[in-house]
Amino acid sequence: MIIGVCLKQVPASDSRIKIDGSGAGVDASDLKMEINPYDEFALEEALKLKDAKVAKKVIVLTVGGSDSEQRIRDALARGADDAVRLDDAAFAGSDSLGIARILAAAAQKEGVGLILAGKQAIDDDNSQVPAMVAELLGWPQVTVVDKLELDGGSFKAWRQSGGGVRDVVTGSLPAVISADKGMNTPRYAKLRGIMMAKRKKIPVYDAAALGLDPASVGAAGAKVTQVNWSEPPARPPGRILSGEVPSMVKELVTLLRDEAKVL
Amino acid sequence: MTDRLPLRDLQFLLEDVLQMKEVLQEGPYADHDVEGLRSMLEMAREMALEHFAPIADAMDAEEPRLVDGKVKLHPAAGPALQAFVDAGFVAAPHPAEHGGLDLPFAVHQCIQALFAAVNSPLLTYAGLTIAAAGLLDVHGSEELKAEWLAPLIEGRFFGTMALSEPHAGSSLADLRTKATPQPDGTYRLKGDKMWITGADQDFSENIVHFVLARLPGAPAGTRGISLFLVPKLLADDSGEYTVENDVRVAGINHKMGFRGSVNTVFSIGENQGAVGYLVGDENRGLHAMFHMMNEARIGVGLCAAALAWGGYRHALAYARERQQGRPVSLRDATRPQVPIIQHADVRRMLLEQKAIAEGALHLVLFSAMLVDRQRVALAAGDQAKAASVGLLLDTLTPIAKAWSSDHGLRASSGAIQVLGGSGYTRDFPVERLYRDNRLNPIHEGTNGIQAMDLLGRKILAKGGGMALMQALQDAIDRGSQEGPQSRVHAEQLSKAVETVASLTMGLAGVAQSDGPEVLLANATPYLHLVGHTVVAWMWLEQTMVAERQLAAGTGDADFLRGKLASARYFYAWELPKTAVWASVLNPVERTPLDVHADWL
Ligand SMILES: Cc1cc2nc3c(=O)[nH]c(=O)nc-3n(C[C@H](O)[C@H](O)[C@H](O)COP(=O)(O)OP(=O)(O)OC[C@H]3O[C@@H](n4cnc5c(N)ncnc54)[C@H](O)[C@@H]3O)c2cc1C
Repeated sequence: MIIGVCLKQVPASDSRIKIDGSGAGVDASDLKMEINPYDEFALEEALKLKDAKVAKKVIVLTVGGSDSEQRIRDALARGADDAVRLDDAAFAGSDSLGIARILAAAAQKEGVGLILAGKQAIDDDNSQVPAMVAELLGWPQVTVVDKLELDGGSFKAWRQSGGGVRDVVTGSLPAVISADKGMNTPRYAKLRGIMMAKRKKIPVYDAAALGLDPASVGAAGAKVTQVNWSEPPARPPGRILSGEVPSMVKELVTLLRDEAKVL
Repeated sequence: MTDRLPLRDLQFLLEDVLQMKEVLQEGPYADHDVEGLRSMLEMAREMALEHFAPIADAMDAEEPRLVDGKVKLHPAAGPALQAFVDAGFVAAPHPAEHGGLDLPFAVHQCIQALFAAVNSPLLTYAGLTIAAAGLLDVHGSEELKAEWLAPLIEGRFFGTMALSEPHAGSSLADLRTKATPQPDGTYRLKGDKMWITGADQDFSENIVHFVLARLPGAPAGTRGISLFLVPKLLADDSGEYTVENDVRVAGINHKMGFRGSVNTVFSIGENQGAVGYLVGDENRGLHAMFHMMNEARIGVGLCAAALAWGGYRHALAYARERQQGRPVSLRDATRPQVPIIQHADVRRMLLEQKAIAEGALHLVLFSAMLVDRQRVALAAGDQAKAASVGLLLDTLTPIAKAWSSDHGLRASSGAIQVLGGSGYTRDFPVERLYRDNRLNPIHEGTNGIQAMDLLGRKILAKGGGMALMQALQDAIDRGSQEGPQSRVHAEQLSKAVETVASLTMGLAGVAQSDGPEVLLANATPYLHLVGHTVVAWMWLEQTMVAERQLAAGTGDADFLRGKLASARYFYAWELPKTAVWASVLNPVERTPLDVHADWL
């Protein structure tokens, strides 16, 4: 079986985000990018399935420009066998559905039998793409999975469904599984892997190569447009209490209860 | 947020100043490119912060213990080292034919700097193993290599270096451990070793000791020392390493710092004698060890520089946060206090640390790159080039070791000072970094021994003085064609070089007229004098690149201005100190020579 891992690059979680000139996007010029952390769990799960010889091959699927190659190479360095980068001027401005169409087409083209993705990307936090990919392919889908077992043509997935309740979902492959934190501990690359990854060719597929109608993706196919971004309100300055300790404690408790409303 | 281990500091040196891509063009390193190496450094940084840094305090607080004759390390040490091994950091510097990656030495030193800056004692186990594998690869027989090389390179077995003895530290010529040949071609060793790092631990499958010992009838002194491979565990009939060799840790040394790396009194062959195998030729053991000496000493200089750097980054972060006092011009107690970095005296302390740490890192990486350039020249069959690079390398090595550790320690102390009272507590790592760094002037040849090696052997006997002068002159010539600050520093450096040149000529005369005793009496100030001159050269090189990048508008302007400020600091505050050292060298100031032991 071939596992496809949907992998997106996002701004590093400690970056300071600036809004670009248009007011409807991010100024990425100074941003340090990294693999979306939830996608790292998806990748690790795929690599473990390969290590266990359940999967034959792990292929990374990324919608993105050439600036995302470094992240793809990072995934290759950790042990993914192949990667395809999905890039076309027509993809610009895609909403979640557009991205899902591109990924679904790539998964089909590569003969993927299981798609692993992060449960959400930490930049947009939409959590939509994996479900849409599943719908487009007509495959079953389980979200927020933190444990997965495969057995022949079927899977068993564990998920946290809130309030400490755990769901166990079974189904048949092919399927789309989206990964939660705690599923595994992502591995580091090996130095040798880094060297090998440098030499791998990463094919780029455009809309034509994927058999996609350009009007169904990108801004042309988008049902959602982003109109306006704004900075969150500036945090009010902190307060430093002074005086005797017992009275400061009292004041602190009052403030936490009445002002901060955290008690 | 202040980055604790900014890769940019290393990349600026490696890529922009030292032009690493030149050694990647052909020969042994041609499989690498700058981007791939950058990814490796990124990974090393992440791993250092995630695996090595968090356990450094605990490893310091809970020293290794001897339980039933076996060393028990802190339980977190093994898994962290395993992660280091699994990533390929032990294998990487070795040749591809043995499963390595032919990683350039300078790059591997950068990788080690990231780990050393946060947890040097832990890195030491891996460092010894890499050195042991290198020693075996160059000097071992094919048969020995077939059995022992792969497990060392794969990091399944760890290595140690057992040279020192209680009465033979600086003077290895006096070592007494005996090796007796056996009919089967092996040897039985007996002797007491001292200060042996990692002679036992509980995480590797086996330990391979490289032991210096004497054969029966061997000549006295250094020409009668041979090198032996002595395993902790020998193979049984089925090839499993289960048979205990006759070696034993007799005690653990309780050290000031570097506590995470176990240092032992090591007893060899108390019973029937320990089984050992000869490595290389009889009586050529010290020669084989010294073959690795440049690398080993650069490694110590690197560790010292990295600890200074790690402490500086900590002090910098603290100084940006800690609120205390107000500017002298605004002593109004109703105004809020300011971060201490706003006080000039605190910035002075930070500049001192930065100038030392980044200067030492540069010197060490420059020397490491000479190792690489020498290998590239040898691979291309260019013996003349290899020899000239080698001479400069031999000359800089004692400086890289001793200057970085002496002055690096000053930086480590400065980091404590920036933190004030907090710096003196164990709630912050700077006191540990200081204690760890205090080792570096002592081991791998004390700095006193390095100074004599520099002046007596490298500069005068081997003609390294000329090689060094040429390299300095070349930098001065280039610097005087560059931006305004470079031109000023080139001029200042040129004066310092004149001083070094005339003093060295004078000392050559002293060697002729008064003999080595007088010549070497003040070797230590000579090393400081030449060391400061060489580090000023390094800062000139950094200035040239920083000025060029600022003029071109490439690179981070604040970072580059910081480089220029550090260079100015070094030239204004440090280089003038050479006058004091010069004053006791010409003529040789005789108080230490003449003072009687009874008077002290
Ligand atoms: C933590 C630690 C780890 C170590 N790890 C190892 C290891 O793994 N393997 C190993 O083999 N060794 C190891 N060593 C030993 C180390 O290399 C020696 O301590 C060092 O070479 C100095 O020897 P010594 O301690 O006997 O000091 P000594 O040689 O007694 O020196 C004492 C002082 O006298 C000075 N001195 C000595 N001889 C002369 C001279 N001829 N002229 C002028 N001054 C002189 C020295 O500079 C020094 O200041 C380690 C030491 C330490 C502290």
